[in-house]
Amino acid sequence: MLNHTDFDLQCTDLVRQFDDFTAVDQVSFAIPKGSFFSILGPSGCGKTTLLRMLAGFDDPTSGDIFIKGKSMIGVAPNKRPVNMVFQHLALFPNMNVSENIAYGLHRQGINKVEIKHKVEQVLARVNLSGSGEKKIAQLSGGQKQRIAIARCLVLNPDVLLLDEPLGALDLKLREHMKVELKKLQQEFETTFVYITHDQSEALVMSDQVAVMNHGQFQQVGDPQQLYFQPDNAFVAGFVGDSNKWSAKVMDILSDSLQVKTVSGLVLQVQKPETKTFIIGSEVEVFIRPEAIHISPMLESKVESTQLQTNQLHTNQLHTKVNNILFDGANSQLLVEEQTSSEEIKVKLPQTAEFMHLKKGDKLQISFPMQQVNVFPKIQDK
Amino acid sequence: MQISNCKSLIAVGFTLCITAQSVNAETLRLLTWGGYAPKTVVDMFKAETGIDVEVTKSNNEDMIAKLSATRGGGFDLAQPSQDRIASAQAEFNIYKPIDLSKIDKSLFVASMLDSTLQSSIYDGKSYGVPHIWGTSGLIVNSEKAADVKDYTDLCNDAYMGKVTYRLKRPTLIAFAFSMGLDPFAAYNDPAEYEKIMLKVQDKLISCKGNVKAYWSGGDAMKNLMRTDETVAAMAWDAGGWQLHDDNQAINFIAPTSGALGWIDAFVIPRKSKNESAAYKWINFVMQPKIAAMITDAAGNFTASKGADEFVNAPLRAKYQSSFDTASIDNIKWYPPVPAGLEMIEGKVLDRVKAAK
Amino acid sequence: MAIKGKSNTPLKLGLLLLLCPLLLWLVLLVILPQLTMLNISLQERVAPRIYEYGLSNYIEFFTEPLYWNTFLRTAVMSIIATILTLIIAFPISYYIAKMLRGRAKGLLLVLCLVPFWVSELVRTYGWMILLRESGVISSFLQYIGFTEGPIEFLYTDATIMLGLVYSSMLFMVVPLTSTLESLDDSYIEAGYDLGGNGLSVFWHIIVPHAKPAIVSGCIVVFMLTLGNYLTPILLGGKSSLWFTEQIFTQFITRFNWQQGSAFGVLLLSISSLIVWLGLKLSRQSFSKVMS
Repeated sequence: MLNHTDFDLQCTDLVRQFDDFTAVDQVSFAIPKGSFFSILGPSGCGKTTLLRMLAGFDDPTSGDIFIKGKSMIGVAPNKRPVNMVFQHLALFPNMNVSENIAYGLHRQGINKVEIKHKVEQVLARVNLSGSGEKKIAQLSGGQKQRIAIARCLVLNPDVLLLDEPLGALDLKLREHMKVELKKLQQEFETTFVYITHDQSEALVMSDQVAVMNHGQFQQVGDPQQLYFQPDNAFVAGFVGDSNKWSAKVMDILSDSLQVKTVSGLVLQVQKPETKTFIIGSEVEVFIRPEAIHISPMLESKVESTQLQTNQLHTNQLHTKVNNILFDGANSQLLVEEQTSSEEIKVKLPQTAEFMHLKKGDKLQISFPMQQVNVFPKIQDK
Repeated sequence: MQISNCKSLIAVGFTLCITAQSVNAETLRLLTWGGYAPKTVVDMFKAETGIDVEVTKSNNEDMIAKLSATRGGGFDLAQPSQDRIASAQAEFNIYKPIDLSKIDKSLFVASMLDSTLQSSIYDGKSYGVPHIWGTSGLIVNSEKAADVKDYTDLCNDAYMGKVTYRLKRPTLIAFAFSMGLDPFAAYNDPAEYEKIMLKVQDKLISCKGNVKAYWSGGDAMKNLMRTDETVAAMAWDAGGWQLHDDNQAINFIAPTSGALGWIDAFVIPRKSKNESAAYKWINFVMQPKIAAMITDAAGNFTASKGADEFVNAPLRAKYQSSFDTASIDNIKWYPPVPAGLEMIEGKVLDRVKAAK
Repeated sequence: MAIKGKSNTPLKLGLLLLLCPLLLWLVLLVILPQLTMLNISLQERVAPRIYEYGLSNYIEFFTEPLYWNTFLRTAVMSIIATILTLIIAFPISYYIAKMLRGRAKGLLLVLCLVPFWVSELVRTYGWMILLRESGVISSFLQYIGFTEGPIEFLYTDATIMLGLVYSSMLFMVVPLTSTLESLDDSYIEAGYDLGGNGLSVFWHIIVPHAKPAIVSGCIVVFMLTLGNYLTPILLGGKSSLWFTEQIFTQFITRFNWQQGSAFGVLLLSISSLIVWLGLKLSRQSFSKVMS
């Protein structure tokens, strides 16, 4: 048994049942002090319900929540040492910036002089000194974010809950705010619990990410773990971009499997240590577009050095370009493997080498078997 | 909202003006009291003359209000009490003189016709002929309030919250008589009249605790008496006789200071569009048999000569039970109200209403 | 003429035609009667059929305690009725707007609406049947042995208040409900989350949000109550003493149109003044409240 006090927030076997629907199903986790913890999942996965239980707006059917070692069962939202940044921020429109920030302090019965001081201090920390008299409607989207966070942080909560607060922002601002939020969290050293369906937000900002689906945590780990070593097919598919195929195990070798996709593409994949497979069992294989190496199939194979390195990759496929999806740094190619006609997404580096690539061009692609993830097929319920 | 009353009045005025133009010549628009134009009589009139009668039910104040709003338009014949004709004519010029040549005088009780012609004189011309007469006095539940004999008895402590009367001028007059004063004698001396009224005002204010509610419609009054919520009322004789049918204990009595006698008359509004139909109606309803039918419906007797024979026996019996000869002699008939007295009365009524 | 006609662009003409019914309505049914009333109110009777211009009808209002006492009483009762309506309607509206979902919500709103499917007269007589001495409630209390004799509930100020609040409820509930519905739950939750209790959330978050609806509801209820005629007269009985009754009496039973018109003009101006004061005190603007 873990000592509760080592963690700012700990949940044990948390369940929330609505009639015949289980929104949160046996969730247990512990968040170390001062870390940025994200819960990532598609909409309807139960992450909002989980967050509302942490804030106290909803009660768990069973299980327990500990904040700094104290059980929160039966503790009203206004008595919990947590604060929440709402999806649409919920800044009180009838109050100005200072009054919004001071609202919580007033409730604690702090004297006015001290409140004024604290409000100024926190405004300075979020780089909005002198905005105290502004109306909420006068603020830009990013400023509102910072005020909403300041309004919570000024109360010095043990845990700050954030409910997809960046969802309403435009792309540029969202990219900017990701960095800003991370900085704020490090500066205040407060534990952040951040829920989102946007994997990029979760990956960029978090120390730890929990991937949630159907009310359960699928995997908890740091962003790299989730990306490179997904525990299951859901995580592999949900985190990052992947080529995903249903396949059958054709042969089992000492350290690898040979699988064949439905359309006939044969791949060598590394045998995972933790799982056992039998020949003929159905599996799902994942390979990320950015893990695939591409080289043009030139008539005269002059670039021998490169070819040599690529020869090390277990999987070598001959393809032709079907489509070029240009999106700047995120550009992709859709290529077709020549024997099976299987379509494969490949990252297209914006280097001089591939600038003149066009539809119909022949292309050799390769990737090591270690980059391919394989999971037993999940039977749909 | 707050001015809707005035607005609706003005609107009524407009509508009446407009409809007046378009009314079929063979329609008689009659402004009268409930029961004075029963459907059977209206149907008989239609059969005989081909004239439709449009009946609008009303009361004294409402008739004057309606006619003054249109300056005498909207109706072809109206039936205010005879004592209110001359003053209303003086103030608002809403009637036209009666053309006696168009009336069959032989149908009327001569003394009543003379009395009404006299009392409705303004500027040397008569404006009204009599139709129905009756009295107001006391309606008493003899089982519960046997000792109520006069209006002032309504103020006995025993009847706290148990009596009802109207807050209108007949009540003021009645209480004045009951208090030994003579308001009719002071009609032409406004100062004296005001003194009397102030005394009545004090009496009515001190009596207010006894009043369950000031009734404003005959049905409301009958309801209060029927349910025993009140045990005595100042009201019309006919109402008392109707209640007597339902509950033998309740009956109309002539107060010791005298019942107040009223005569409802016929008058022709100044802008009447169908005068000839109006005279036809007067002559029609004054026929003894028709008059008796109206008496049956309204509960009050008419100025039609010889109609009493045709009135049903029970009603005559009830009348006789309420009035002996002495009581009939003691009836105080309303003389015409001089213009302006109603201002004094109005203030008194307002103050009584406002008192706690 | 022809040139002048051409100078009007079709747009202007169209606009004029569109506004025509409204203008006619305003002029014929609102402005004209008011001006007529103002004119009548300035005439004083010197003798039968002879009138002169003068202010005596207005002076009468201020010199006769009866009249301004009645007005004062009407205004105070209306203000109390408005406040009571607000106090009762607020939790109802909050419940409808925030606690209920789907069908129950519609049902409760309809329940608030049902009394208005019958006329005010019928509604008021309904109350009279319930409350009168020989009425349903009195009989029931006697039947269960709660009381020996019949009890009269009618003809008191409390009964007037009951009737006024009852008939005003909808006009408070509807604006409050729709405004409270527009208050995102997250504001309330944020209020609690930041440490507020029920009272501070109500006072600092819900009330400021609902303020325009509160003020507009109060204005409507106050004006309706002040201008109500039937309810105070029927339920108040002998002591009802409502200012509209004074106006009615002056017009109908006293034939004193001059005095009645003066009262009408005074009622309109003084009630407007009270509403203006209310707006000033609550720091709301009329256009904002009525939008």
